[in-house]
Amino acid sequence: MKILVCISKTPDTTAKIAFTDNNTKFATDGVQWIINPYDEWYALVRALELKEKDPATVLHLVTVGSADTEPIIRKALALGGDEAIRVNADSHDSYYIAAQIAEIARQGQYDLVFTGKETIDYNGSSIGGMVAELLDMPFISLAVKFELAGTTATVTREIEGGEEVAEVNLPMVVSCQKGVAEARIPNMRGIMAARTKPLKVVDPAAAETLTEIVSFTLPPAKAGVKLVPADNPEELVRLLHEEAKII
Amino acid sequence: MSVLIFADQFEGHIKKSSYEALSYGAKLAEMMGTSAEGLVLGTIKDDLSSLGKYGVNKIHHVNDASLDHLDAQQYAAVIADAVKQLQATVVVFSNNLSGKAVAPRLSARLKAGLVAGAVALPDLSNGFVVKKNVFSGKAFAQIAVKTDIKIVALNPNSYSITMVDGTAAINNLTISAGSPRVKITATNKVSGAVPLGEAELVISGGRGLKGPENWGLVEDLANLIGAATACSRAVADAHWRPHHEHVGQTGLAIAPNLYFAIGISGAIQHLAGVNRSKVIVVVNKDPEAPFFKAADYGIVGDAFEVMPKVIEAVRKLKGK
Ligand SMILES: Cc1cc2nc3c(=O)[nH]c(=O)nc-3n(C[C@H](O)[C@H](O)[C@H](O)COP(=O)(O)OP(=O)(O)OC[C@H]3O[C@@H](n4cnc5c(N)ncnc54)[C@H](O)[C@@H]3O)c2cc1C
Repeated sequence: MKILVCISKTPDTTAKIAFTDNNTKFATDGVQWIINPYDEWYALVRALELKEKDPATVLHLVTVGSADTEPIIRKALALGGDEAIRVNADSHDSYYIAAQIAEIARQGQYDLVFTGKETIDYNGSSIGGMVAELLDMPFISLAVKFELAGTTATVTREIEGGEEVAEVNLPMVVSCQKGVAEARIPNMRGIMAARTKPLKVVDPAAAETLTEIVSFTLPPAKAGVKLVPADNPEELVRLLHEEAKII
Repeated sequence: MSVLIFADQFEGHIKKSSYEALSYGAKLAEMMGTSAEGLVLGTIKDDLSSLGKYGVNKIHHVNDASLDHLDAQQYAAVIADAVKQLQATVVVFSNNLSGKAVAPRLSARLKAGLVAGAVALPDLSNGFVVKKNVFSGKAFAQIAVKTDIKIVALNPNSYSITMVDGTAAINNLTISAGSPRVKITATNKVSGAVPLGEAELVISGGRGLKGPENWGLVEDLANLIGAATACSRAVADAHWRPHHEHVGQTGLAIAPNLYFAIGISGAIQHLAGVNRSKVIVVVNKDPEAPFFKAADYGIVGDAFEVMPKVIEAVRKLKGK
């Protein structure tokens, strides 16, 4: 069994969101970077669990990013995984990134490709589906449970108003979200081991970009809260009915 | 040239989020001076011609039972064929849970640029530029699509449905659907509940409610006004509520017309998933709770005293 987990670098959830260069670039000054939570908490941890169950499993991590993503990929390796691959390219176009990951997956002949459900910065939730299409593999999005028996996976995915259980033969691509696994904290041994794990840097494959970011804007500030006294909650209901016209 | 809107179904019924996509696609077609046509896959129980009221002229229907369940791979192949047959130049999806599975596959298959999570109509004054949600609701990006065929996946509750008088002509489209590689073995529906992602009204509870036994305060209000229920991550982590109710940066991002938060502090990660709601109401006993800064209406008070009175007043209003 060979598993590839896609790892992305995102700003910390508390990072201040601001833009520079005439609102065309995210202002990275003072920003702490983390592993995209969906990649770390769910995709990576579920892959680790599968490896723990079957130690013969080969587990590789892949990231598409410039050299400054290396601390993030080392952090991911501290949780586990045999080696990491960094495709040396910087892009915000999902298709371009997916094309890079698909190329790595093709070369490495992985049985399973895991992604997080989306990144918390660009919120595309597109990479998994695109990679699957480029590899002509089945894709289950938004998995909340993933079980493996031999080469057949039983995956529960979220659907509007419930869940659906699907059976799929490997190879396949899965995007993972809450439910698939429980987040872990790396231990000292993992952190030490991560320092010496192989981190291969490869050049990007030729691929097009299909979209381009023109500019960013921030949402308008709220006008301010209208407080209703605690001893008169009926007034809140009146305001919601008559002023906001919402109930 | 046409705008093709994928109207997705579940158990034979078109989803509400697809009505928004149809309405959006119809308006876009009008802006482009072309026709708006819907695409429906699988066995349908609804009257498809009535989708004309969302402004589409025609519905193409691939009436093939092998498409009754979503297999993203099979769907993308069929939609790609439809796009070619019908010479569509724009494909509109709802960025709902099935849109998230299919739209990216179609994008890669057709090498057509995708904007996933659009929140407004494209700006056509200089190419094809679509506003989308980024940084989990904390900002927007304007994305230019550079390819001839464009794909837009519209975030649920971001575009208001406009109704027109009209019926759509039905065209049975023959496309070989192949067979799905994904076998659906069970469907577990949360009975009766409004799906959170599609809900217009949401009542949400946080750790301030002290324990799952107090959720009657959330549920009673939700039932009275037909709202969905949600919770903070702290609540889902404590297993007071199921994880699919968890909203925020690492849960579901929602944009209902009303988000009513009870005993939730309003941490930045929570706000990221709910701050696109049109009206935010906060009930919290701490006047310093950060949520008040993001709220439209609020009560500083104890939820256990305030909420029963709110529920009673709503009951009176609704005559129940
Ligand atoms: C990487 C990361 C990602 C995260 N993602 C998310 C996310 O997606 N969604 C999310 O929700 N959180 C997320 N969090 C957690 C977030 O930071 C908060 O910890 C969480 O939202 C707190 O939940 P809460 O408001 O229910 O609980 P608390 O922070 O404990 O707040 C409880 C509130 O209830 C009020 N209260 C107490 N008693 C009463 C009463 N009787 N009446 C009225 N009010 C009362 C208190 O004043 C307080 O404001 C994330 C955190 C991290 C680090």
